[in-house]
Amino acid sequence: MSAPATAPVQDAPDERLVHRSYLRRLLGRPELGAVVGAAAVFVFFSFVADSFLQASSLSTVLYASSTIGIMAVPVALLMIGGEFDLSAGVMVTTSALVSSMFSYQMTANVWVGVGVSLLATLAVGFFNGFVFTRTKLPSFIITLATFLMLTGLNLGFTKLISGTVSTKTIGDMEGFESARAVFASHFTIGGVDVQVTILWWLGLVALATWVLLRTRVGNWIFAVGGGADAARAVGVPVRRTKIGLYMAVAFCAWISGQHLLMSYDVVQSGEGVGNELLYIIAAVIGGCLMTGGYGSAIGSAVGAFIFGMASKGIVYAQWNPDWFKFFLGAMLLLATLLNAWVRKRAEASK
Amino acid sequence: MSAVLAAVLGATLAGCSATGGKRAEERAAKAAQGRAAVDTPRWTFAMVTHSGDGDTFWDIVQSGAKQAAAKDNIKFLYAHDVEGNKQAQNVQAMIDQKVDGLIVTLAKPDAMKDVVEKARKAGIPVITVNSGSDKSKEFGALTHIGQDEVIAGEAVGEQLNERGKKKAVCVLHEQGNVGHEQRCDGVKKSFKGEVQNLYVEGTNMPNVQSSIEAKLQSDKDIDAVVTLGAPFAPTAVKAAEQAGSKAEVDTFDLNAKVAEALQAGKLGFAVDQDPYLQGYEAVDLLWLYRYNRDMLGGGRPVLTGPQIVTKDDAKTLAEYTKRGTR
Repeated sequence: MSAPATAPVQDAPDERLVHRSYLRRLLGRPELGAVVGAAAVFVFFSFVADSFLQASSLSTVLYASSTIGIMAVPVALLMIGGEFDLSAGVMVTTSALVSSMFSYQMTANVWVGVGVSLLATLAVGFFNGFVFTRTKLPSFIITLATFLMLTGLNLGFTKLISGTVSTKTIGDMEGFESARAVFASHFTIGGVDVQVTILWWLGLVALATWVLLRTRVGNWIFAVGGGADAARAVGVPVRRTKIGLYMAVAFCAWISGQHLLMSYDVVQSGEGVGNELLYIIAAVIGGCLMTGGYGSAIGSAVGAFIFGMASKGIVYAQWNPDWFKFFLGAMLLLATLLNAWVRKRAEASK
Repeated sequence: MSAVLAAVLGATLAGCSATGGKRAEERAAKAAQGRAAVDTPRWTFAMVTHSGDGDTFWDIVQSGAKQAAAKDNIKFLYAHDVEGNKQAQNVQAMIDQKVDGLIVTLAKPDAMKDVVEKARKAGIPVITVNSGSDKSKEFGALTHIGQDEVIAGEAVGEQLNERGKKKAVCVLHEQGNVGHEQRCDGVKKSFKGEVQNLYVEGTNMPNVQSSIEAKLQSDKDIDAVVTLGAPFAPTAVKAAEQAGSKAEVDTFDLNAKVAEALQAGKLGFAVDQDPYLQGYEAVDLLWLYRYNRDMLGGGRPVLTGPQIVTKDDAKTLAEYTKRGTR
């Protein structure tokens, strides 16, 4: 691109081939700021809350983190791909409602409802992606519309079918026990009660990290977020990638939704509103850029962990919960500032 | 900078108000706090509710609980979340801290079932308050303190009958709250006229007002509006005025504004469930249980309401609503 006169001296090695030291590479990771922040929050609550360091408390914190974290993973991927999904929060409720009401109304095995719900939720994700790629309107608007429509459908259908705002119990139906074992069981490790969602969460983080860093699809995701037109020019299937990302959000919404249903065997139709922002907060604290093209799945997990520590830490520290939202906002601001600073330093030292 | 500060201070000093404000509140609040009246060990009791952020009703519950905590030498903790699973997580966090007693609400009973069971297994006595009277015993709580929502609803229906109303709207401000549904069902049960449910977004007051307004404009036959929470009653009054409707506004629960409006004749009546008493009794009963294995109710809910409050009662209650204890 540059004129021959300014070309680098011939014997200087190509910058893409230079071996960067391990420390340098570590400093360049998107999640570094979040890890530092998580360590700070952890140390902080270890000091101010006496019961925070108990194994049972940490398990509660991890569970709270996992309920956010399961959704933060695909939301982070989507943000790396350059888009938002504001319908992610209520989609979880929708997914739970579909499987619960289908099983109950059809008197079907719970697993049938779970399957139908998977199809329905993926369809919602496909709808988001399809409308977005066809219309080229901002994803913010498209998913905001989906968010509102789903909120209305959740309540409308539940009232219409069940007559109340919550679904009827499916706890005594066939297949419930095995479905609960998959989505909402808990087991004991060394005397500590551990929720199965933590495994789902870790599994999803590992899968997403592998996809992002080791596969062609991962390259596509970074490419479409970095610059959709440039990506299309070099042959990346932009449309398919973005639709796929929305369906990944839907898939994880299905997992979260089934967890919600199986843990309590009924679903409140009005829940989930506002959670979409928590997922985005977790992804941003974890180092995802709002503009796309940069971020990591591990970062979203660290972000969710910070969120879990903060929300439960305030209870362990026995503070007045009225201040929680302020604390959350301040942390979000600090984390993003720290991220920006670390990234600048890392890029300057390259 | 200091000049600005001085100006602000000066203006504050010069512009003293003889009525209202912080000082009037402090004068009225002398009853609260005080010293421990017992020398039992300093136990820690925690209350976890389904309240949203900044809800006046739960402030009153808390002030009752804190008053009992002060008397009984109790360390009182409080946490809340509107979402069932997050409320359950908060209860779990309290169990992790090995509190000596738990007070929970069962507005979303299915979400709370497991953690209440865990608390019981951990040897923590549990009392349920406010909502969930039908599930309390089944979940193994010692007792339930609150009002039976259906009975309260029926009381409203009867009161509407007495007033010769024909068509009422029941305004629900929290979608998904079983207690709210029960209240409206209760009204339906005893009211001889027609009842319609109207869902509004409780966290958004202008939305509440415009929704009620639209409802009243669209159906001129409505002659009674029943709100399910005290903060919504004055809003409903405004909405009725805007819509040019003659409908009478009645409400569940009480606060200072409602007491004022009752005195001024803007509201028909209020049904009080005495939130202060719910908080106070819950802490005090847990103390009694810890100290002497006492329990009230004999396996049935201990009722704190419904009490019908009309214009005359409002006058005597105004003093207490102003300081935030009724």
